[in-house]
Amino acid sequence: MNAQPAPLRPAPLIAPDDIPYLPRGVRLADDRVRGIRVLQAPERAMQLDAIGDAILSELDGTRSMGAIVNDLAARYNAPPDQIAGDVRDFLTGLIERRMVFVRGHP
Amino acid sequence: MKDQLSQPRDLDGNPVTPGLPMAMLAEITHRCPLACPYCSNPVELTRAQGEMTADEWGRVFRQAADLGVLQVHVSGGEPGARRDLAQIVAHARDAGLYVNLITSGIGITRERLEELDRAGVDHVQLSLQGIRPDMADRISGHPGSWDKKMVFADWVREIGFPLTINAVVHRQNLERLPEMIELAETLGARRIEVATVQFHGWADLNRKALMPTREQAAFARQVVNDARIRLRGRMVIDYVPADHHAIYPKACMGGWGSTGLNVAPDGTVLPCHAAQSIGWMRFENARDRDLADIWHLSDSFNAFRGTAWMPEPCQSCARKTIDFGGCRCQAMALAGDARATDPVCSLSPFHADVVARAEADAGADTADFIYRRMRKGE
Repeated sequence: MNAQPAPLRPAPLIAPDDIPYLPRGVRLADDRVRGIRVLQAPERAMQLDAIGDAILSELDGTRSMGAIVNDLAARYNAPPDQIAGDVRDFLTGLIERRMVFVRGHP
Repeated sequence: MKDQLSQPRDLDGNPVTPGLPMAMLAEITHRCPLACPYCSNPVELTRAQGEMTADEWGRVFRQAADLGVLQVHVSGGEPGARRDLAQIVAHARDAGLYVNLITSGIGITRERLEELDRAGVDHVQLSLQGIRPDMADRISGHPGSWDKKMVFADWVREIGFPLTINAVVHRQNLERLPEMIELAETLGARRIEVATVQFHGWADLNRKALMPTREQAAFARQVVNDARIRLRGRMVIDYVPADHHAIYPKACMGGWGSTGLNVAPDGTVLPCHAAQSIGWMRFENARDRDLADIWHLSDSFNAFRGTAWMPEPCQSCARKTIDFGGCRCQAMALAGDARATDPVCSLSPFHADVVARAEADAGADTADFIYRRMRKGE
């Protein structure tokens, strides 16, 4: 049995300097029948809300998560600290599912 | 009961509201070089001359995409047994579908795999019958299968496809589950699906040789839980436990006619791959009728939609929208009635018998298989 209380958030699997990207076999797509955006991945099609779509659309394989957070904060006029937490948690969930890959800063 | 054009109805005449399917399993052939004794194909296999052509599959894929399907799982038999596999894959991609190729890895050369890459396969799933040649070749009934699979996995990695390992586990290989997970890691798989044998069709014929023990089911759960922690962020483990040892049944197909459909080699459209085991049910064919009509209007797809058809104890159960009464095919096989509560459910009146039978079969003193093969002349 686990005596420790479960953490509220899963431990992050990405640091600000890391570069997240969609690996081969994972792509953003339009679901023209339902009128939604989806992330197509091995054996999974995941419905994306506007925020998820906005984050994943930034993944160009060259910019770090930190740079992406700053760009999103500027565009949506939002505090970078709050965006940073949302982006980190969202990407961590997708990294756990192997739908987003990460490479270290060059 | 006739189709109701204005209002789809379940098998008791209650109105139902069909949703839209996300995924389609395309069993493009029943031919296969392997002879796994738990094959999910029906015991009555379709011959090559009964298979739909690549162009017919193309039409079905376009209808599926128009209906809302996002992903197709191109499977068999062994899909590589069809020489026009790349053409079928290209049709699926042209229709806008995400293409998962489910293969044994046997009979697809490096050149063909590159052709499939150009045709647009998004993801490859490679089946695994066991660990090392002696075990894997005996279970698959195909000498040399293990060595061929390991070479195939190298090609998958070199070409760059995402790889999932499909490991089917049962009494004769469950002790080796840790090694199967390690192998998937070594092969660079992003995912491993660990699926305990489902006892339909061929597997039901082999119950005494395949039924896991209660101790094995508990062992598998522990192995999977430990591996998920160790491999977090590196490999995903999807796990289908042994449901004969469960308290509640699985939500088979996420609910009948709810999110998925299956098209058999001859174009028969099924709510799940085992649905033909419900002997009284009649199924329609994509060669005769548009897929959207079959999905929305056919008696077979509407039969068990919603919850109004459910008998007790399901009808008053809080879980009826969680597990949908479990598996209709298992109800047919174990209770003799496709409408019954899935007998693996602890609330089913058949549950004690089912558990007793499973325990007896798990303790059976046989390792011999009835292999899945087409009869001579087929």
